[in-house]
Amino acid sequence: MEIRELTCIRCPIGCQLTVTVDGDNVRVEGNNCPRGAEYGAKEVTNPTRTVTSSVRVEGGELPLVSVKTATDIPKDKIFAVMEEIRALTVKAPVHTGDVLIRGVAGTDSDIVATKTVLYTKP
Amino acid sequence: MDRHDLIIIGGGPAGLAAALSARENGIEDILILERDVRLGGILNQCIHNGFGLHTFKEELTGPEYAERYAKRVIEAGIPYKLNTICADISPDREVTYVNAEEGCVTVKAGAVILAMGCRERPRGALGLPGFRQAGVYTAGTAQRLMNIEGYLVGKEVVILGSGDIGLIMARRMTLEGAKVKVVAELMPYSGGLKRNIVQCLDDFNIPLRLSHTVTRVHGKERVEGVTISEVGADRRPIPGTEEFYSCDTLLLSCGLLPENELSKSAGVRLSRVTGGAEVNESLETSVPGVFSCGNVLHVHDLVDYVSEEASRAGKNAAAFIKAGGMRERGRVITLKGEGGVRYTVPQTIDPKNMEDKLTVRFRVGDVYKGKSLAVYYNGVEVRRVRKRVMAPGEMEELVITRASIPEDTDEIIIRVED
Ligand SMILES: Cc1cc2nc3c(=O)[nH]c(=O)nc-3n(C[C@H](O)[C@H](O)[C@H](O)COP(=O)(O)OP(=O)(O)OC[C@H]3O[C@@H](n4cnc5c(N)ncnc54)[C@H](O)[C@@H]3O)c2cc1C
Ligand code: SF4
Repeated sequence: MEIRELTCIRCPIGCQLTVTVDGDNVRVEGNNCPRGAEYGAKEVTNPTRTVTSSVRVEGGELPLVSVKTATDIPKDKIFAVMEEIRALTVKAPVHTGDVLIRGVAGTDSDIVATKTVLYTKP
Repeated sequence: MDRHDLIIIGGGPAGLAAALSARENGIEDILILERDVRLGGILNQCIHNGFGLHTFKEELTGPEYAERYAKRVIEAGIPYKLNTICADISPDREVTYVNAEEGCVTVKAGAVILAMGCRERPRGALGLPGFRQAGVYTAGTAQRLMNIEGYLVGKEVVILGSGDIGLIMARRMTLEGAKVKVVAELMPYSGGLKRNIVQCLDDFNIPLRLSHTVTRVHGKERVEGVTISEVGADRRPIPGTEEFYSCDTLLLSCGLLPENELSKSAGVRLSRVTGGAEVNESLETSVPGVFSCGNVLHVHDLVDYVSEEASRAGKNAAAFIKAGGMRERGRVITLKGEGGVRYTVPQTIDPKNMEDKLTVRFRVGDVYKGKSLAVYYNGVEVRRVRKRVMAPGEMEELVITRASIPEDTDEIIIRVED
């Protein structure tokens, strides 16, 4: 049996949750509403996050383009995703929404640009 | 001297939303002045997500949110000048700007919207002890260096202040391989959003020490470490609680200040509490035809509210311009925060110029659980709204309807009560 203390972040109230995991059984206490129960259960069984960072750009009006994972990735993949992002350099132009890495770090999420970086005027 | 119907100072989210709304309300001749190399303001460096849930019903990153507005401004054909600093505004709305192509130019404006945003409280304003070593940055400066210029400012980091920018930078630097040792917060509660505490600190096991502050910065040329002490209820360090943390970088995330030097030269009256202009129901300052919105008016927690407020400023400026700059004014009702409500925006209401519903925004001065917001018209309680939690880090709002205000009202007060 595992017991975890979490803060619910689904709304500004921030209830303190106590989540008890006993095999397949997950019990959430301290939540003021059903969304807290859902959050608590997901956090202990399958926590996910959006990762945002930036990628180097060659020949662009800016040296970096900001990026994000198009969908949430498992929390324990955050650093693996960062490693692939850090290893990447792209060429200008880059447009918002361009896919820069497909299926990053073995997940089914893509890395997409969140900014438009055009060529530098020569 | 050239003339424009509307000049907007600042091309951040506030300036862009104000321009779009003025255009929708029939103003053709608009000019936006922006000192940066692109439109979008500070959001260009806020590459994390969480923006736009209210406006677009999806979670965007800062640059995406900014780009959506910038695109609409460009599609609407609203003129803007980049790399252009507004240097002065006179009380009769003569605007002086400077850029490389034109030099120094003064133009006359039918109306002006102030949308210059805010800046961070600098080190000097915090009275930090120690030498002026390298390695001390405001969190926002570190954010710009990292996210725009691609330069990691340090490897071992201590953060003073738990405002949102500091929390966001704790995660950002951790992801880039730095070790964030601790976040120290002077107050017994964090000034940041819960969500940021969980996803930026808890996720990476970064400790948050409440009621703690930096009492010494070590190192001569470069930061070599800091001493952190616990503070008492009087917020003074308690002797004997000192702890040393070795680090090469200290980030300061200790609050934002509206950037109002220009407003002062225009003769705009500023609020002592917000540091922004005092405005009426139309978001018009004490100088007729000069409006203010966004973070230059008061520091917002969510950019969605900035955009919403700025649209109202744009609409009201359009009404002012269409009325030939001669709006009739009725009586003035003062609006005040008391007993836990630190301020209100707006500070005055003219019922004659007020829309049917007016959103009043404010912040409370402490963390309150299970308290109520009470509204008084001339000392008579008219409304009471129960609140589960209120905190200084999160902006509150109440809607006041015109129909609810009796003829003889001259004061409206909002208080925190049991
Ligand atoms: C470092 C920092 C980080 C932030 N991070 C977040 C965040 O993560 N999430 C969030 O919701 N909010 C954040 N904020 C608050 C954020 O500022 C607002 O959400 C929003 O960007 C405010 O919009 P604005 O248009 O009022 O100001 P800004 O975005 O600051 O835009 C003001 C614009 O005016 C321009 N300007 C100023 N003076 C002049 C002049 N004299 N002449 C010409 N142009 C001028 C500036 O260059 C800038 O582009 C942050 C603020 C700062 C300072
Ligand atoms: S449990 Fe419900 S009320 Fe409590 S913080 Fe979560 S969403 Fe808000």
